[in-house]
Amino acid sequence: MRSAEVVVALFMLGLGALVIFDSVRLGWGWGTEGPEAGYFPFYIGAMICIGSLVTLFQVLLGEQIKGLAVKWIVRAKPARLHHDRRKDHEVFVEWSALRLVLQVLLPAAVYVLGIQLIGIYVASAAYIAVFMVWLGKYGWTRGLIVGVGVSAVTFAMFEIWFQVPLFKGEFNPLSLIGY
Amino acid sequence: MEEINALFHGFSVALTPFNLLLMFIGVTLGVLIGVLPGLGGANGIAILLPLTFTMPPTSAVIMLSCIYWGALFGGAITSILFNIPGEPWSVATTFDGYPMAQQGKAGEALTTAFTSSFIGAFFAIVMITFLAPLVAKFALQFGPPEFFAVFFLTFCSFIGMGKEPPFKILVAMMLGFALAAVGIDTVTGQLRLIFGWHELMRGFDFLIAVIGLFGIGEILLSMEEGLSFSGRTAKINTRIVIETWKKLPKYWMTSLRSCVIGCWMGITPGGATPASFMSYGIAKRMSPDGAKFGTGQAEGVIAPETAAHAAGTAALLPMLSLGIPGSPTAAVLLGGLLIWGLQPGPLLFVEQKDFVWGLIASMYLGNIAGLIIVLTCVPLFAAILRVPFSIIAPVIVVICAIGAYTVHNAMLDIWLMLLFGVMGYAFKKLSYPLAPLVLALVLGDQAEGAFRQAMLMSQGDMRIFFSNWLVGSIMGLGLLMLVWPVLGKLVAQLRKSAA
Repeated sequence: MRSAEVVVALFMLGLGALVIFDSVRLGWGWGTEGPEAGYFPFYIGAMICIGSLVTLFQVLLGEQIKGLAVKWIVRAKPARLHHDRRKDHEVFVEWSALRLVLQVLLPAAVYVLGIQLIGIYVASAAYIAVFMVWLGKYGWTRGLIVGVGVSAVTFAMFEIWFQVPLFKGEFNPLSLIGY
Repeated sequence: MEEINALFHGFSVALTPFNLLLMFIGVTLGVLIGVLPGLGGANGIAILLPLTFTMPPTSAVIMLSCIYWGALFGGAITSILFNIPGEPWSVATTFDGYPMAQQGKAGEALTTAFTSSFIGAFFAIVMITFLAPLVAKFALQFGPPEFFAVFFLTFCSFIGMGKEPPFKILVAMMLGFALAAVGIDTVTGQLRLIFGWHELMRGFDFLIAVIGLFGIGEILLSMEEGLSFSGRTAKINTRIVIETWKKLPKYWMTSLRSCVIGCWMGITPGGATPASFMSYGIAKRMSPDGAKFGTGQAEGVIAPETAAHAAGTAALLPMLSLGIPGSPTAAVLLGGLLIWGLQPGPLLFVEQKDFVWGLIASMYLGNIAGLIIVLTCVPLFAAILRVPFSIIAPVIVVICAIGAYTVHNAMLDIWLMLLFGVMGYAFKKLSYPLAPLVLALVLGDQAEGAFRQAMLMSQGDMRIFFSNWLVGSIMGLGLLMLVWPVLGKLVAQLRKSAA
């Protein structure tokens, strides 16, 4: 968890810096007609930076400070060896969990790309079918039935009932059937 | 008694066959949303919001608020039957609800939960009926400094009451404000924080953020936990309901206390989740059977359910009367009102009487409809949970994508939704809270506006926030909330050293 904590805190620190940078460009002081455009965001950016720095500090130095305090009070070396094995295990759990998450995240990203290219209806049917076959170990027939079924219901609901056209992609395959 | 008359007028607005139909549809959809992983009150309403744009505002908000009631009810079903909280506020319900189901008392547990939810909500609605107009009348005297002070209090209480590390709450909240600032600055007309990327000109829509953060993020989380549903079956018939109802009155004290806790936590934006935990904890301490909590005590179901529902409902009070929502779902409803051209806040009670009282009347009716639906349809909803995750997950991702697209008919929004999904996952894993982020994103522009106007009034002098007793006491309360955790620790330390 620690590496993830550091990455997110650094990312937020970067974002905060970006906000401050743009606020300074816009002017963060007092203009002729009152506060300038960067006046409020500047402090927002500053608070993001302060918050992430404190979090970073707590994550990176929290344990060391605790260790030092223990050392200072007990005047003995803090028990580090016991720690390491559990941490290895944690990292392992993290990786297998990350793999599971990527199994969902990557197809989802491909799906969104699919929407961009071939539109919501076709991409959704394919995505549901592939997800069911790959991760759910269903047969292709079942996957396709559910996928096409869900898409057909959405199609009926949006295009016909509500008359709200959804995105059909840059190469619209549904133009073949007149949509 | 002005309120009673207004309320009856409201009933006449809400009680049309069309609105009643919408109520039942709304509650059913809501329970469904509450039961499914990855869909909850906030993102469920966000997804369905665009579909209501063609309806009259009163009907639309009736349906959306009924989805909210449904979602509150639905959370209890998964907690009790499957030991999986469908919503964060029903985590505390699993402590005693699931053991009851294991002992074969699932029907009793569900009836207890639903009835308690109903009582909690009812209490909160009565409070809204009489308190909201007063708060609104009082708030009519507010100027920009007072409004900013109320925003300040709202956000400080997040930091003070939250269970996450305070600096992480601060970062999440400020990120919300920063995202809200992206786009055209309404005062100077300058483009802010878009770094030359002109598609960002209209800013980040909080609906997209809500769909991604709560929907996609939740799916990623559930995937990691490797969900395998193995639940208890439940039968509810009239006999069980009546038997359970006979037992409930003796817990009136727990109910009343939970109602009060819930209302308090709902109005100050603590929200339903901490309210349910707090109520469970206090009930455990006060009850003569406290030691048996966790083994299937009805009281352990009553306390969290009553409080969660009371808090969820009470969160609408500041939303309606001040324009400041107490929870992410209330924030989404507020977004809906803005889209329909209704500015929530004190003036709403003066200018849109029909709408406000129609909505309040629909809260009474919607909760009754909810109670009827959940008591009669539990087996149906439980059956949906048995659909395997590998079918539900992609379908929910598809629903989220469609929902994100329909907000502005923009493809970019679907990509942003995915991005927010990853962010939601990372934030939840590292215990950065999502609620303050969403609220800051919704309220950012208004908070900034109030702040800038106040600064204009005082020519940049911060002392304006303490210039009269009203604004001063709200700011003072905010600061008190901010240092609340530190104060709590100090008091505990003092007690320890005294003992």
